[in-house]
Amino acid sequence: MKRPVEGTAHPRSGARRVWAARELGVLLALALLVAVTAADNSRFLSAQSIRDVLLSASILMVLAVGQTVVVVTRNIDLSVGSVLGLTAFATGKLFVAAPGTPILLAVLAGVGLGALCGLLNGALVAAARVPALVITLGTLYVLRGIDHSWASGEQINAADMPRSFLDLGTATLLGVPVLALLAAAVLVVVAVWLSSYRSGRELYAIGSEPAAARLAGIAVGRRVFTAFLVSGALAGLAGVLHAARYGTVDATVGTGLELQVVAAVVVGGVAIFGGSGTAWGAALGALLLATIGSSLAVLRVDPFWQQAVVGALILAAIGLDRLLAARMAARAVRSQGRAREGTSHGA
Amino acid sequence: MSGPAAASPLLHLRDVAKSFGPVAAVKGVSFALHAGRVHALAGENGAGKSTVVKMLAGVHRPDSGGLELEGRPISPDGPAAAQAAGIAVIHQEPTLFPDLPVAENIFMGRQPTGRFGRIDRGAMNEAAGRLFARLGVAIDPDRQARGLSIADQQLVEIAKALSRRAKVFVMDEPTAALSGVEATRLFAVIRGLTERGAAVLFISHRFDEIFSLCDDITVMRDGAWVSTDRVADVTVDTVVRRMVGREVSALFPKQDVEPGDVVLDVRGLTRTGVFEDVSLTVRRGEIVALAGLVGAGRSEVVRAVFGIDRYESGDVRVGGRLLPPGSPAAAMAQGIALVPEDRRQQGLVMELSVERNATLTRLRPLARFGLLSGRGERRAATDLARRLHVRHGGLGDAVGTLSGGNQQKLVLAKWLATSPQVLILDEPTRGIDVGTKAEVHRIMSGLAAEDMAVLMVSSELPEVLGMADRVLVMREGRITAELPGSRATEESVMFAATGQPGAGA
Repeated sequence: MKRPVEGTAHPRSGARRVWAARELGVLLALALLVAVTAADNSRFLSAQSIRDVLLSASILMVLAVGQTVVVVTRNIDLSVGSVLGLTAFATGKLFVAAPGTPILLAVLAGVGLGALCGLLNGALVAAARVPALVITLGTLYVLRGIDHSWASGEQINAADMPRSFLDLGTATLLGVPVLALLAAAVLVVVAVWLSSYRSGRELYAIGSEPAAARLAGIAVGRRVFTAFLVSGALAGLAGVLHAARYGTVDATVGTGLELQVVAAVVVGGVAIFGGSGTAWGAALGALLLATIGSSLAVLRVDPFWQQAVVGALILAAIGLDRLLAARMAARAVRSQGRAREGTSHGA
Repeated sequence: MSGPAAASPLLHLRDVAKSFGPVAAVKGVSFALHAGRVHALAGENGAGKSTVVKMLAGVHRPDSGGLELEGRPISPDGPAAAQAAGIAVIHQEPTLFPDLPVAENIFMGRQPTGRFGRIDRGAMNEAAGRLFARLGVAIDPDRQARGLSIADQQLVEIAKALSRRAKVFVMDEPTAALSGVEATRLFAVIRGLTERGAAVLFISHRFDEIFSLCDDITVMRDGAWVSTDRVADVTVDTVVRRMVGREVSALFPKQDVEPGDVVLDVRGLTRTGVFEDVSLTVRRGEIVALAGLVGAGRSEVVRAVFGIDRYESGDVRVGGRLLPPGSPAAAMAQGIALVPEDRRQQGLVMELSVERNATLTRLRPLARFGLLSGRGERRAATDLARRLHVRHGGLGDAVGTLSGGNQQKLVLAKWLATSPQVLILDEPTRGIDVGTKAEVHRIMSGLAAEDMAVLMVSSELPEVLGMADRVLVMREGRITAELPGSRATEESVMFAATGQPGAGA
C-alpha cells in the first residue's frame, strides 16, 4: 500500500523554458535587426542614434507594460491611445492655465486622469459582462470625442509649456534619456509585481482559467478592475511624457496608437488569450517595433514597408507560439503513450 | 474495527433535501462519513448523487436538513466556504490553471512569501514536493500544468486539498477517464488519505472498484436514500437491485435471432505492433463481442475496419464488396457505422443542438439544392429521439446539457440515421448508469432483430456474456479464442484474454 508510485516522466520546468524561449526569440530578432542595420551604416550604433531609438520606444513601452497587465487577465484595453491623447492635451491645458504648476504635480494629474479613464473601463467591464474588446472600443471613441470637443481645433505649442517640463523629454542622466529611465522604472515595478506578488500572480490565474480562479477564492472582478486601473494610469503617464517629448499637442495625438501597443505586446510573447507572457517580453516587443522604425529608415527601405514588417512579426510571434504549443502537446501524447503501454502489460 | 454506527462521524448529512422548481432532486437523505473510511455513493444517473455532491461542495444549499462537520453544524454558502470548512471535492476533470506551474496551481492565493511580501518560489516548490511525497507520487512542482494527464491533474487537486488541510474528500467519478494503472495509483493515494484520518466519499459506476476500495456503501434511487451498509455485508446483486429497483435479469434483454448471411468479413488484418492476422465475420442479426483486456488492440481493430487507422495487410469486405482502406467516408457509404468509445471527443459536437447532432451524419439526404431544411432536420431528429427514448429538454438544447447515458443514446441515434448494415460499438456502456445501460442493450438487441450486424468491443464481462451471440477474445493484438455465446463463461473468456487459467477479472 505504501509502495512509491511512479509518475509520468516530466521535462523539468517546461513552463519556465517556454517563457524564456518567447523572450529570447524577441531578443534574438532585435539583435539581428541591429546587426544588419549597423553593418549597413555603422552610425546606427552611435550614442545619439541609440538615444533616439530609446526615446521613441519609451512611451510605447510604458503603454505596452500597462497593456500586459490587462491582457494576461484575458482582457484587452483598446482605449489607451485615446487616454494618452486626452491626458496629453489636458497636461498642455494645465500649463496654459497655470504656467507655474510643479512638474511632479502635472505628472500626478496626468496619471490621475488616466486612472479615472481606467476606472471607467474597469467598472464597465465588471458591470456589463460584455467582452472588454467591445467596451474599450466604445471608450476609445468616447474619450477621443471628449478630447476633440474640448480642444475644438486648438493646438498647444511648446511655447505654452514651461522649459523645465519640455526638458523632461530630452534630458539625459549619465547619457541615458530620462524618459527611458522612467519607462524602465515602470517596467521593473510592474514586472516584479506580476511575477512575484500574490495579487500579480492572480491576474495570470484569472486569464488562464477564470472558473478555476473563482474556485480558488480569487476576487476576479476586483482584480480585473485593478488591471484596467493600472493600464489607464500608465496610459495617463504616457500622455504626460508625450506632451513633454513632442511639445505640440492637439486632439489627434495618439490616434491609432492602441494597435501598435497590442502589436508590441503580442510580438513580446504575451498570449492574447491570457494567462502567460511577461512585462519584460512586452517591453522588448515595444523596443523591437521602435527599432524597426528607425532601422528601416537607415536602410532606406520604403516607409510603407514598415507596416508590412510589423505585420509579419506579429504572424511570426503567433507562429512561434503555436509551434511551442504543438511541441508541448506532442510531448504530452508521448508520455501518455508510455502510460498506456504500461496499462496493457499491467492490467 | 468498529462499525459505521459506532464511532462518531466526521461528516454527517442529516435529512438533506433539495428541489429545483417542482423537481425534487434529493429528498431526505442521511448518511455519515467516518474518519479513516472510504464511503461509496451508488445510484443511477439522476438518482441525486450529483446534487448531494454539490451540496457538500457548497454549490447548492439544502432546502431542509443540514451538514455537520465533527459534530458542529455547517452551512457553506459557496465553494470557497466549503473548502475553508475542510471539504474538498475532486472532480472527474479538474479545472487547473494550464499556463501556470503545478506548485502555483496548488498554492494560488496562498503562496508562501518572503521579504517584502515577495513570493518565495523555492519554498513553494518545496512545499508542493512534500505534498506529492506524502501522496507517494512524482510530479514536478515546477512544470506547467498544461499537458498533465487527467490522473495527474486529479493528484494536483488532491495535493491542493491536502495543503488546505481538508478532512473530507469527495471524489465524483474520479476513475471514469483513467487507465487501469492510473486508477490503481489513485486507489493507493486514497488509502493513504484514509490512513491519515481523512474521510472519503467515492462515487463510481464500477462495482469492482467499489467492492475493492470502499468500506461503506450508500445507495440512492430517485433522489431518495435506499440503504447504507458495510460493503462486506452486501453483494453486487443486492446493490444493483436496490439501485434499479427491479430484478437484475432484465438487464440483458437479448432476443434470440437466427443469424443470416455474412455482412462484415475481415481477413488477415495486420498492423505491425498493434494487431496481427485478425480475421472475423459478423452475420446479419448477430451480435459479436470483441472481448479482452484494455490494450489488447480491440479498439484499434475496429478503428482500422472503419478506416480511421491504416493497416498494412489484410482486407475488409462488406456484403462481399472490398472496402478501400483508410477511408471512413467509403466505410459509411458501404453501410458501416462506428460509435466511438470517447463520445465527448469523437462522437458529438457538444455545443450544437440535439437535432443538429442527430442528423450530422446524413446532411446530404436531408439537404435540398445543397441547403439544409430546418423542418426536415427537426422531423428526422424527433423521430430518432423518440425511437431511442433520448430524454432531452428540447431538441434545440446543446448536447453538453444531456446526461452521459442520453449522450450515448444520441450518438447511437446519429449513426442509426445512416441506416447502416454493420454497427460497430466501442464500449457502448462505459460510464453510464445501470438503467441507461439496460436501455442501450435493449436498443442493440432490437437492431440485431431488425437484421443489423452488430460488432461490440466491451471490457465488461457481464455485458459480453449477456449480449453476444459469439465472443471473440483478443490478447496482445491477436484473436486467441472464438466462443459461442452459449458456451462463453467468465472463466473461459478470462483464460483466453490473459493466457492464464481462471485468474478472474
